[in-house]
Amino acid sequence: MATSIEQQAKGKKDGEIRYLTPLNIETTSTKKYCRFKRSGIKYIDYKDPDFLMAFVNEQGKILPRRLTGTSLKYQRKVATAVKRARHLALMPYVGDLLK
Amino acid sequence: MNHYETVFILNPVLSEDQVKEAVKKYEDFLVSKDAKMVNKENWGLKKLAYPIQHKKSGFYNLFEYQVAGEVIDELELMFRRDERIMRYLTVKLDKYAVEWAEKRVKRNQDKS
Repeated sequence: MATSIEQQAKGKKDGEIRYLTPLNIETTSTKKYCRFKRSGIKYIDYKDPDFLMAFVNEQGKILPRRLTGTSLKYQRKVATAVKRARHLALMPYVGDLLK
Repeated sequence: MNHYETVFILNPVLSEDQVKEAVKKYEDFLVSKDAKMVNKENWGLKKLAYPIQHKKSGFYNLFEYQVAGEVIDELELMFRRDERIMRYLTVKLDKYAVEWAEKRVKRNQDKS
């Protein structure tokens, strides 16, 4: 059986070699985790905008949980902190900040 | 006696002593309402992320204090009446926030 495959392979030197087992293309992405639970941060401060910039995209919009992977409890804290920072003009409501 | 933290922005056109006088006015008001001042910070003139009242910068001040709940309404009424204040935000601190505030103060002291 194996020999016949090699013969086929040899026979189609110019054609593509057909594999019996499909190539396993890397589809499973790395498991996302909530960085607050892992690092034990309990309070998200609205006064340091540099830290909050990590949760905001280039236009200043808050990133969704599916991208950042934060848990619901801390996503709400991040959202309130960002909104307070925006109120105090520490962060822009809209802008091309990280460009 | 709840724990509160207030950040307010003063108009940049004010002179240095007007800023001091304004900050002193609110601090005296709080002390007169027997508040316990925990922390006072003056971030000085900072650039705003977006113009407020057509101004591009402002004097930032932070008060951290413990006071009875009713006083906050009077304080914010004064903020609204005073046109030197461009914007203010009062936040009630829970235990994690208080713990973080102390850690932050220590970190600032180490840095400076």
